Amino acid sequence: MKDALRRMIRANKLSLVSLIVIFLLILFSILAPWLTPYGEADIDLMHRLSPPSAEHLLGTDEAGRDVLTRLLYGSRVSLMVGIVPTLLSMVIGAVLGVLAGYLGGVVDSIIMRLADIVLAFPSMLLAMVIMYTLGDGLFNVFLTLTLMNWGTVARIARAETLKLKTVDYVEAARSIGMTKWRIIRKHILPNCLPMLIVLFTLNVPSAILTESALSFLGLGIQPPSASWGLMVNTGRQYLFNAPWLSFAPSGAIMLAVLSFNFLGDGLRDAIDPRLRRR
Amino acid sequence: MDEKLLVIEELCVDFPTEKGPIRPVDRVSLEIRKGAITGLVGESGCGKSMTARAVMNLIKKPGKMTGGRILLEGKDLGRMPSKERRMLQGREISMIFQDPMSSLNPVMKVGKQVDEAIRLHERVNAGEARRRTVEMFAAVGIPDPERRYEAYPHQLSGGLRQRVMIAMAMICRPKLLIADEPTTALDVTVEAQILDLMEKLREGGTSILLISHNLGVIARMCEDVYVMYAGKIVEHADVETIFEDPVHPYTKGLLRAVTSLQEEDKTLETIPGNVPQLDELPSGCRFSNRCAFAMDRCRTEEPMLLEKEGRACACFLEDNKK
Repeated sequence: MKDALRRMIRANKLSLVSLIVIFLLILFSILAPWLTPYGEADIDLMHRLSPPSAEHLLGTDEAGRDVLTRLLYGSRVSLMVGIVPTLLSMVIGAVLGVLAGYLGGVVDSIIMRLADIVLAFPSMLLAMVIMYTLGDGLFNVFLTLTLMNWGTVARIARAETLKLKTVDYVEAARSIGMTKWRIIRKHILPNCLPMLIVLFTLNVPSAILTESALSFLGLGIQPPSASWGLMVNTGRQYLFNAPWLSFAPSGAIMLAVLSFNFLGDGLRDAIDPRLRRR
Repeated sequence: MDEKLLVIEELCVDFPTEKGPIRPVDRVSLEIRKGAITGLVGESGCGKSMTARAVMNLIKKPGKMTGGRILLEGKDLGRMPSKERRMLQGREISMIFQDPMSSLNPVMKVGKQVDEAIRLHERVNAGEARRRTVEMFAAVGIPDPERRYEAYPHQLSGGLRQRVMIAMAMICRPKLLIADEPTTALDVTVEAQILDLMEKLREGGTSILLISHNLGVIARMCEDVYVMYAGKIVEHADVETIFEDPVHPYTKGLLRAVTSLQEEDKTLETIPGNVPQLDELPSGCRFSNRCAFAMDRCRTEEPMLLEKEGRACACFLEDNKK
């Protein structure tokens, strides 16, 4: 893995930039209380909707709260919501999908029917059901997003496994007496990895956006706490008289999403030995 | 010398289709002597590879071995618990495949892949496995084995990859090596090197089942030859007999197709027609619709493989000679 990172940085400067941006975003979100003099929910009704200035670098919102401060605090939620449930759903989906594809039969039917149910259910409705029964909160957002996303991952991992299962080197491995667990670990999973990485970089942004939709419906993060998605949604109402309200968080979402995409591309290329330059 | 290593008795493999089951391997019997190279020849699709796959327990679903026995030194492979059979594979029997381009995992160092084969069967640590892999790389003629250990498959030529495959198959010193068209995907010069290597393995005591459609390769390498047609063994004899005095019209046809090329002003002779589809086999002898000597009897009755003086042939012409 260290090797792969080094190769990626050498071969692909863009992915290095992305890596730095992601690192900085995470760093800022951790250091938020020290980076800004304002509090996340400090209301200042005298300065509602004031445009960017020296005091408020990105202006203030409808309750006079500092937008930059909320952006920094919001990145905690948004980054976590982007990464944690995506990672969880990747792991669960990949494991179940590979098992379904490789073992076939009853295991395949059970896992895939479960995935079908998840996929067939309108995802917003599913999210609402879960959030209503469990209540809102960050942990339940994680749970909801994981449950919503694992099905797609499982489907793709299964298709990839079915393809790999009949490949000659898997047959060769069987012919020298390798057990199926070992084949899955040594041959199937490593060859699924590039696909999983690409999927990860695609799912991070969609998770961030889903969270914002949930928050908009009043099911995710509750004001006065901030998340990027929530900020875009509240800023929407003031789009014409205070555009910075929605532009700042949109820009942040775009930056994070693009960085994850570029990083994913770079990583995928670095992991595949066929694309290595010597 | 005449001890049998592998005996296949009346092996049948069935595949269900919409029109009913087809049988790509039909009552095939075959014996491999210890320390010999046994050849299995036939056109594409005649069941050669399927026979080999049955031995390795690699028949793809929904195909199934439906009859017969496969005996390795008297042990019935089909009756073995699957774990025991798996342990036997790679250690006592192993197989190399036709296409070395796709037989290696593209994202794993080739050395590591051979290590895997050792560590499946023996308790060795990583250093010991590596030492043995490098040693085996040298033994199969891979130049600069230390460096090649670290290579990925795409960095090696086809010939080198096939050598890696052979190293992987041979690393636990199996008694039987099944080579399924090991040189078909390779250049002629590389082919010669790989065949030399296989001969060396034989001298080291490994028995080999060589599957090929190339009669030149068979003539050069094998002691015993089995000729297969549409899922059946049609002729079996030692290599001189097959090439000097073939009996079955199919074998004769195959040989004529080769020898006609060596005489200058002759046109290439072929066997008319194609191997019949397995769901539309002619009644009687399966070769009857392409055979120049076919008699009425051939179209109604199926000839049995009859043994006589150390050779066997499934043809009624042979009956008539008596």
